[in-house]
Amino acid sequence: MSDEEDDLILSELSDDELVLQMHDDLYDGMAEEITEAVNILLARKWLPYDVLTKALVEGMRIVGIDFRDGILFVPEVLLAAGAMKGGMKILKPLLIESGAPQLGKMVIGTVKGDIHDIGKNLVAMMMEGAGFEVVDLGINNPVEDYLAALKAEKADILGMSALLTTTMTYMKIVIDTMVAEGIRDDYIVLVGGAPLNEEFGKAIGADAYCRDAAVAVETAKEYMDRKHNQL
Amino acid sequence: MDALTKLLSERDWLLADGATGTSLFAMGLEAGEAPELWNVDQPAKIRALYDGAINAGSDIFLTNSFGGTAARLKLHNAQDRVRELNRVAAEIGREAADASGRTIIVAGSVGPTGDIMEPVGDLSHARAVEMFEEQAVGLMEGGADVLWVETISAPEEFRAAAEAFNNINAPWCGTMSFDTAGRTMMGLTSTAMVDMVAEIPNQPIAFGANCGVGAADILRTVLGICKKNPSLPVIAKGNAGIPKYVDGHIHYDGTPDLMAKYAVMARNCGAKIIGGCCGTKPEHLIKMREALENMPLGSAPTLAEIEAVLGGFSSEDDGTTGKAPPVRIRRRRK
Repeated sequence: MSDEEDDLILSELSDDELVLQMHDDLYDGMAEEITEAVNILLARKWLPYDVLTKALVEGMRIVGIDFRDGILFVPEVLLAAGAMKGGMKILKPLLIESGAPQLGKMVIGTVKGDIHDIGKNLVAMMMEGAGFEVVDLGINNPVEDYLAALKAEKADILGMSALLTTTMTYMKIVIDTMVAEGIRDDYIVLVGGAPLNEEFGKAIGADAYCRDAAVAVETAKEYMDRKHNQL
Repeated sequence: MDALTKLLSERDWLLADGATGTSLFAMGLEAGEAPELWNVDQPAKIRALYDGAINAGSDIFLTNSFGGTAARLKLHNAQDRVRELNRVAAEIGREAADASGRTIIVAGSVGPTGDIMEPVGDLSHARAVEMFEEQAVGLMEGGADVLWVETISAPEEFRAAAEAFNNINAPWCGTMSFDTAGRTMMGLTSTAMVDMVAEIPNQPIAFGANCGVGAADILRTVLGICKKNPSLPVIAKGNAGIPKYVDGHIHYDGTPDLMAKYAVMARNCGAKIIGGCCGTKPEHLIKMREALENMPLGSAPTLAEIEAVLGGFSSEDDGTTGKAPPVRIRRRRK
């Protein structure tokens, strides 16, 4: 703790400075400071949606870039996502109340036969951290569970994860079933897991393969933007 | 003296085993089933798995207990069977080793809990130690020579396992998986692992890397470890290449001949215990043994030489070259 840090009083910063400071504080996983800054912006009559997008989501975008580039690693990213979640807790009821556009809702789970969930958990945490709503189905999900959850939750995105080469092919069964039921194009399908690659994602008919949790967030945002533009 | 330390004092190198999970699937394990349940339900198949490694020339094999912590078994509602399932995994191993007619080390495999430790995650240090200890007790009870914690990403979890092994005074080895830009998922570099291990009060018999990305990547990791001149023997247990999706099937692109080259290069890099991981079958191990016996010890390869023989690396840098990554300039704090 430096004196400089003690001297920094968030409420004395201008809006622009405060938002940039929030990007830094998210980067450093400082949960209390993020909560405080969110409250300051709201007190200054910022729209909840602007606090979300300009301060929090933008801050997490920067974190995501450095994660992708191998500058930050999982522990730092999870701390940042935790700080973001604290801010989201304040914003969520306000966002719902104001009818602001939602970022999107994702149903995520490890495919049938696969019991490895650490990668899936990371993606779920990062997605939540980025402001998405996440419904986590856990491990070992048969196709029926995915489809039922997509429908019941009115989800936008399906995320499937597999660590094993023997189970990753089950993703194709899920996608084929969606095609057969005529609902494939209703959802954005993202796949991930250590043994997968882009080629595999294409081969099975997913929208995208996501190399890591940060890429998953970026890809989800990109596809949600496209979806909104189509409407 | 424990059996592994003794064997290491007699030999210049040891061959470890190959894959457990992918081999069990080949024997009919249903995807989604806990492999550890087979220790009790299908003991003949587990014996066949161990015999596969022994007959291919392995000096060490790991027991079928990778997911044997309460945290993992809970996913199959078998969290109350930790001690039993681990004990039986080691018992079958002990029988197989003793029937082989030569010195074979039974290493009790301990995999990650799958949970993220505090402060980032929810798993406390105390609970992690408790779970590892419960598993370790079962494995030693069943006759394991050493414990072998593997595929770990977080230094906190590695230390928790070490502490658990210390609590029951068991000899141990430990390897981490370097699968993210040459580092572990949690960002630990190969050289940082050497420093981390050096500070553990109950020193392992040997340490190193397993799994990760492909054969080339793990040798870069071993070079990174060895450049710190660690006092302990170094372990390399790499995957048989990289999984590829071809015509609806998955196969690892590492042939037995490639793995033979990998084994010799691993020894030249400084590894003393050499084996495979995912995708490594007995046919790979046979070629690896043959190559290690027939090829003389050479000098450590350069990164370019590794790349030329085993293929490219998954990332440009592995965090050990001193090229510091660009640090984000913060405005006022830090």
